Amino acid sequence: MVSRIKGIEFKMLDPEMIKSLAAVRIVTSDLYDVDGYPVEGGVMDPRLGVIDPGLHCRTCGSGIGDCPGHFGYLELAKPVINILYTKAIYKLLKITCSKCGRVLSKPEDNKKSKDLSRNPPGKCPYCGQEQGKIKFLKPNTFYEDKEEMSPEHIREWFERIPDDDLKRINFKGGRPESMILTLFPVSPVTTRPSITLESGEKSEDDLTHKLVDIVRINQSLRENMDIGAPDFIINDLWELLQYHVTTYFDNELTGIPQARHRSGRPLKGMIQRMKGKEGRIRGNLLGKRVNFSARTVISPDPRISINEVGVPDIVAKELTIEVPVTKLSMNEVKEAIKRDRANYAKRPDGRRIKISSENKEEILENIAEGWVIDRQLKDGDMVLFNRQPSLHRPSIMAHKVRVMPHKTFRISPQVCPPYNADFDGDEMNLHALQTEEARVEAAELINVKNNLISPRFGGPLIGLDLDQISGVYLLTRSKKKFNRKETSAILSKAGIKIDLPDGVAEFTGKEIFSLLLPKELNMEFKSTSCRQCDSCIKEKCEYDSWVKIKNGKLLTGTIDAAAVGAFKGKIISRMHGLVDTDTIRKFIDNAGRLGVAFMGQRGFSIGISDLDLKDDIMEQIGKRIVKAEKESNALIEKYNNKELEILPGMTASESLETRILNVLAEGLNSTSEIVKEHVKDSDFIVMVNSGSKGSLVNLTQMAACVGQEAILGQRIKRGYYNRTLPHFRQGDLSAAGHGFVRKGFKQELSPTELFWNIMNGREGLMDKSLRTRKSGYMQRRLVNALQDLRVTPSLAVKNSNGHIIQFVAGEDGVDPSKSEWGDVHE
Amino acid sequence: MPKHEILSDKEKKEVMAKFDVNESQLPKISISDPVMETMDASPGDIVRITRNSKTAGKAVYYRVVVK
Repeated sequence: MVSRIKGIEFKMLDPEMIKSLAAVRIVTSDLYDVDGYPVEGGVMDPRLGVIDPGLHCRTCGSGIGDCPGHFGYLELAKPVINILYTKAIYKLLKITCSKCGRVLSKPEDNKKSKDLSRNPPGKCPYCGQEQGKIKFLKPNTFYEDKEEMSPEHIREWFERIPDDDLKRINFKGGRPESMILTLFPVSPVTTRPSITLESGEKSEDDLTHKLVDIVRINQSLRENMDIGAPDFIINDLWELLQYHVTTYFDNELTGIPQARHRSGRPLKGMIQRMKGKEGRIRGNLLGKRVNFSARTVISPDPRISINEVGVPDIVAKELTIEVPVTKLSMNEVKEAIKRDRANYAKRPDGRRIKISSENKEEILENIAEGWVIDRQLKDGDMVLFNRQPSLHRPSIMAHKVRVMPHKTFRISPQVCPPYNADFDGDEMNLHALQTEEARVEAAELINVKNNLISPRFGGPLIGLDLDQISGVYLLTRSKKKFNRKETSAILSKAGIKIDLPDGVAEFTGKEIFSLLLPKELNMEFKSTSCRQCDSCIKEKCEYDSWVKIKNGKLLTGTIDAAAVGAFKGKIISRMHGLVDTDTIRKFIDNAGRLGVAFMGQRGFSIGISDLDLKDDIMEQIGKRIVKAEKESNALIEKYNNKELEILPGMTASESLETRILNVLAEGLNSTSEIVKEHVKDSDFIVMVNSGSKGSLVNLTQMAACVGQEAILGQRIKRGYYNRTLPHFRQGDLSAAGHGFVRKGFKQELSPTELFWNIMNGREGLMDKSLRTRKSGYMQRRLVNALQDLRVTPSLAVKNSNGHIIQFVAGEDGVDPSKSEWGDVHE
Repeated sequence: MPKHEILSDKEKKEVMAKFDVNESQLPKISISDPVMETMDASPGDIVRITRNSKTAGKAVYYRVVVK
């Protein structure tokens, strides 16, 4: 019969329930006798459950794994407060009468219990008893009119409170006296298993240690009470018992010294087991360790495709996939066993046999339909590949296995952007999929080649990078003609297998690149190197920045980051609507290798002398900077004479700071212009223009002037009294004294300038680590809040209650991952 | 202010059928909302709101009037 759960009521354990749940009454603090067997009536009593393999439970008779464990109980010599209820105890003491236990207001007063506890009346409306002032001294002491209240006293008080009154103040979870423990539940041994060390020594769980303490102190307290020991001894022991019970529940309370292990490590209380990232909830229930997975360092291999992953042979030997033996798979299975590429054979009766060189002949003879073998990973298997933090969907994608020698996972450098990976020691995880359905689903849905377009912004996540871009830029820009032999040489170096069209004797760089483009492609756009002229003359662009592709032929323009770069590449996003994803995959693979191959042939080199400027140019730049400094000095003088124009919403000194920053930035900009105009053509410029790495700012900072170093967006202010460094006078407001670096890195920086630069560098470092932590938590909260929203067939976004969040997903109903930058494909 | 219109009973039924929802699953708007005070709406009515949208130009939204 199926019945519906109407609700669950959570209640405090009361003494009756503790007793009825218990299988054992705990009477001794001894764990094991001299022979090493658990002592009956101790906290490892065999009736509390089984943790040793092969043994059976004395209470329920089942073995390890089936026996859930059974509670015991301990009779406390004197009651102690359950520390987790101190707040509720405090509140209840304040709003109930010390004599009759009634709530300190009559129902007709209609007072809320909150107001009552905030403002307790001095007199009981029922019995007229004057009420003492209740104080709570954290963590566990209560005072009534400055007199300490014993847990016994509190318990008696609570026993007087009538049920009806508790109902009126909405007190839930049973009788309030359960908050003062008289019986202590001893948790089953299955919740605190002991570990036998290699030396044969037993190591107990933290909770067991804690329980031993509690039982021991309880015993000694009882003995002392029995012999009528003086009050101070009894009270000391009572306090100690309270301490042990408290830290059993929570060992991270403020005001209570942590209970420690012999080694000095704080013990784990109940609360610590559950709380936090590694606690029961987040660590064991919401996240688990998995089998069939591997983790190692990643390194680049530009020769493999973007949807492949190089798997070390030692990993491939360990990870397996189940293959049922059928008529169709028989040959494959036998071959795998013969070549030692299968680890286990499972017979229909469920027996698992490890395949070794000794027994493989025998297995080969016996194997029949209905068996299942665990086959090792091999080339072509679909596996999941992941890099943490998994911030977005493409942080896990499916790759095709390529078994390789050595010990790192190999990936194409082009799949780094979606994973945000680099090769400075990053590690990644791999999961071998265990069912055919999972493998097909992965190969279709999360295959790298089917996730080239970001579901966030509709542009490509994967594209060329660095030298690959510089390479195709140089190739498609060069005026050189390549004869058939030279062309073949470049293509074969790039590992591209394409037949050259017949009857063509020479190829331009553009024509070589065109060999990779699908015939369907037609598009025009501005490349990265576009100078943003006032009126664009398109095809006739003198910088060759107007890219025009017709029927898969690159007619004009240079291919650079705007065409094929990761996060930018227009060609890649356009191809997405035109050709199948495998074609795009091959294009990305080939274009990258073509770029690098051409670059290798041409040669590529940069040096700091590439940024040498002629003396007269340097003089010009110097003048600009001096001018900017003069302007800022003029502002400072105006400010000192109180003549400075004050900007809206700012104080005078704020206005000055803003004005100075603007003036200096303006000066830097004008030097930038000069650098841009006069720097000689070099491979530096190739990198900047193609968008592969570096910017005009980097060039200017090296060649001419670093400019203002800022802390928190302000000129540098911190340091000594009224000045930043002892090199300056007090009250100095000059540019040089507040972080302005007038030289470039190529010239020498003065000691103070170097200091400004390092300050800024440190800020950048701190900022980065702070930002990632903050945004990580932000992300977590957002994901938790939004994870059950889904798009329904009517395109509406609903949550799990069916409440509508948006009537059309994203208001336009467009899935960005199937769009071109958010727009539907033409 | 975006355009607000009260739906006829027929339109109301169509909207709820289209999105397969009941009244309680639709976004709500209070009868005391300043916009509602400009119109003659009563609890249980559905208003169609046509807003400008960054992604779609115009976007339609529905809210059920509640007390």
